Amino acid sequence: MTTKLFGQRIRRVEDPRLLSGRGRYLDDLGHDALAVAFVRSPHAHARVLDIDVSAALEVEGLVAIFSYDDLDGKTSEPLPLLIPHPALTHGRTPYALAKDEVNHVGEAIVMVVASDRYVAEDVVGLIRVDYELLPPVVGVERARDGGALVHDDVPGNVAATMVQEVGDAAAAIDASPRRQRLQLSIERSASMPMEGKGVLARWDADDESLLVHTSTQTSTSVRQAIAAKLSLPVDRVEVVTPDVGGGFGVKIVHPWPEEILVPWASVRLNRPVKWVEDRREHFISSAHERGQLHDVTVGYGDDGRVTGLSVQFWHDNGAYTPYGLIVPIITSTQLLGPYKPTAYRVEFASLYTNTVMVTPYRGAGRPQGCFVMERVMDAIAADLGLDRALVRERNFIQPDEMPYDHGLTFQDGRPLIYDSGDFPASLSKLKQLVGWDDFAKYRERAAAEGRRVGIGLACYVEGTGVGPYEGGHIRVETDGSVVVSTGLTTQGQGHQTMLAQIVADELGVPMERVRVTTGDTRRFKYAVGTFASRTAVMSGSAVALTARKVRAKALRIASNALEAAVDDLEIVDGHVQVKGSPGSQVDLGAVAVLSNPLRYAFDEAAARATQFATPHDPDQPPVAADDEPGLEGSGFFSPTRSTFANGMHAVVVETDPDTAEVKILRYCVVHDCGTIINPMIVEGQVHGGVAQGIGGALFERMEYDESGQLLNASYMDFLMPYASEIPHIEIDHLETPSPLNPLGVKGAGEAGVIPVSAAIAAAIEDAEGVVITAMPISPSELFDLRRAREQRGEAR
Amino acid sequence: MTPEPLHEVTLTVNHVPHQLRLPARRLLSDALRHDVRLTGTHVGCEHGVCGACTVLLDGQPIRSCLMFAVTADGASITTTEGCLEPDGELGAVQEAFHDCHALQCGFCTPGFITTITAYLETHPNPSEQQAREAIGGNLCRCTGYQNIVAAVLRAAEIKRERSAP
Ligand code: FES
Ligand code: FES
Repeated sequence: MTTKLFGQRIRRVEDPRLLSGRGRYLDDLGHDALAVAFVRSPHAHARVLDIDVSAALEVEGLVAIFSYDDLDGKTSEPLPLLIPHPALTHGRTPYALAKDEVNHVGEAIVMVVASDRYVAEDVVGLIRVDYELLPPVVGVERARDGGALVHDDVPGNVAATMVQEVGDAAAAIDASPRRQRLQLSIERSASMPMEGKGVLARWDADDESLLVHTSTQTSTSVRQAIAAKLSLPVDRVEVVTPDVGGGFGVKIVHPWPEEILVPWASVRLNRPVKWVEDRREHFISSAHERGQLHDVTVGYGDDGRVTGLSVQFWHDNGAYTPYGLIVPIITSTQLLGPYKPTAYRVEFASLYTNTVMVTPYRGAGRPQGCFVMERVMDAIAADLGLDRALVRERNFIQPDEMPYDHGLTFQDGRPLIYDSGDFPASLSKLKQLVGWDDFAKYRERAAAEGRRVGIGLACYVEGTGVGPYEGGHIRVETDGSVVVSTGLTTQGQGHQTMLAQIVADELGVPMERVRVTTGDTRRFKYAVGTFASRTAVMSGSAVALTARKVRAKALRIASNALEAAVDDLEIVDGHVQVKGSPGSQVDLGAVAVLSNPLRYAFDEAAARATQFATPHDPDQPPVAADDEPGLEGSGFFSPTRSTFANGMHAVVVETDPDTAEVKILRYCVVHDCGTIINPMIVEGQVHGGVAQGIGGALFERMEYDESGQLLNASYMDFLMPYASEIPHIEIDHLETPSPLNPLGVKGAGEAGVIPVSAAIAAAIEDAEGVVITAMPISPSELFDLRRAREQRGEAR
Repeated sequence: MTPEPLHEVTLTVNHVPHQLRLPARRLLSDALRHDVRLTGTHVGCEHGVCGACTVLLDGQPIRSCLMFAVTADGASITTTEGCLEPDGELGAVQEAFHDCHALQCGFCTPGFITTITAYLETHPNPSEQQAREAIGGNLCRCTGYQNIVAAVLRAAEIKRERSAP
């Protein structure tokens, strides 16, 4: 009997290739392609008056210089607004090359194509652009006061305002026995994958076709976008995602200007053309996220139960809004976490600033929402002198209330209904894991040694597996190997392993026989993309359903060959056999041969399917009217709604009494992503998410000065955590299956990052006795909070 | 403008000598990737911080994005491809990464493999804390390092197993 692979810690099939240097990332391809570099704006806000290329023209190796005026057809129009929303009344997107105005440092103005990147950068250095400077708008406060405008035709810098309300929050808060108001903020960070973006385009003039490789999270949509922009038939464009060195959200945005310009230049020059982003370009011209200010009023009872919650927040969307309102919509809905305030009102304004645009970064608005809600819970506990875990417990949605309808609309345009989860069980697991109830004793012991320690916890719920759909194609080859294609892309999450586990189980074949391809439009044309922790839910379910179809076909064909009823057959280890009598069997490769009636015996296996080799019914066509040749099939999965994963984190910190440095002593996670396909991979996702969360809580921020210069646009100055900053992470799982998909799974990719700032803020607050309202927090900021408290004469 | 002068450079990469004619400013990382065409060595920052481009120069880990190829003339270089066993199987550190799920996207991985390979030569039996310090100069955005630390320990174990008679 084949052992079930689902749920096992299977080592990844991706690894041997990547470990031996045989990975193929974007810049590993197209060594002989022409190279691209860009003249990017050094100013945050300016009119472009003149571009002078005369000094550059003599450079040996220069091939072409393009500016906006060279763009033709639809390439000269603004890039698409990917996710329109009725509330986004003033959506703005950039041109592929700046037309006459630049709105952030780093915006591309001139494209240089040369023999290699060194030469292209030489040319960039010789091109002179004259600017008329305009007043830059940097930071939410400046955007909000509306004194200067990012876009002349967007009054008050307001891209959108949106309100959602259930019940009458204002009245509920007024009627509450207790009330508090909190001002909370989170700063900008960014996905910052180790591999930047990159595009390689190869136009084949003879075939009139375009092959594009791009480091993206959605090859199918990039394909459509390129075809539309270049006015090519979609049929003549294919987009392949090679190995991708991390995405974390930034690569779901598309088409990036370069994803249009590089293919366009390849067609125009009739040469392979490649652009590979360098780190500085990534900092100043990709995307950031997280920057939001929140003003929160909460009403609650003496028991700590929230009766009304009103949140107003301001979202800094940067210079453009190609990704619509997804991030603030997620904040405003997922803020609620595992809780059920009786009445809730949320209002946000999405504001333009002269900074890099803001699009989802792992967590996508949830870390901010979780920070807000969990700070509220801690504030209530502090006010009432109650245990912080108890206040949370009292506000939890209970398991018997599932499915729970919040009465709001989620980011997929569908109702915010939690499908399953057991929050009290998760909390009790977490308390046990971290030793919540014994912490007071630990604190006393530490205090006796002159050490300051604190503990914090935070809970979240994450809508995952967002629609509309994903699909898969599975073919059993005549040698018995199984080829699986799904359209969405992969950036290191182990999708090939996870999907192979599912297919191997469903089909009854050894996993080594299964090969999985992702993100290649030549192989599968219909997909949405990899975002919102959706691959296991969406593609996992799609390939499972497809495998069931293929299995049914295999059984049908084999039942003829074995002269046994379908119901009496099983597939074990790649063979179809009569249940209980493994002597009577046919291997899947042979079934694949029989599935495809042939005229020509091009190899030995094929000979078995030719016209004189097989017995057949002379009155029936070789392929039945409702059938197709081949042991293969396609299938799709499209759920009615997102499925909601959840988790809870607890962290113990120690703060240095002199330097105010924060050291994480323990980090504990309880994670519920439904049934788990591969625990090793899920834990890896949690580790990585927590590490990014710690970066966002203690180290990472985009330091814009008031003129809009990003002062820390390098790995030297933007502090991402090394191994020395990340503690050992302790994980416990709860598996509450989702009723919304055939596998019972929920997404796990983003989870780890969501509650980290909230939990660490709570732990520092607990250690220090200062109220924390803004994250990330640096040692000098904590030092200042301490000093302010001392000046107020308060004791710790 | 006059074309850039080219220089004769000999790089012995994973025991194979390569004669190259390169401009003086060509980075060693680019020479390895685009001239020798061994793309296992990755470039994450090109300013010496991430460590993805780490290769061994005469056995010592260096950042190949911070060195000109001409500077490495005559040197013997080991890249992640050179960390495989002679028969092409995964080397001890690579196998340990596979065992411990110490890579996700794999982009930072070559720099860790080379760094750890060199480290274990001089520290065959590290503690967990030492393992963490050994990888303290390399950035990874995917894994949170926990499994990489475990892989350092596992690699030491595999090395011992493989060298046992
Ligand atoms: S690429 Fe060399 S250290 Fe980052
Ligand atoms: S595995 Fe992706 S950066 Fe380390």
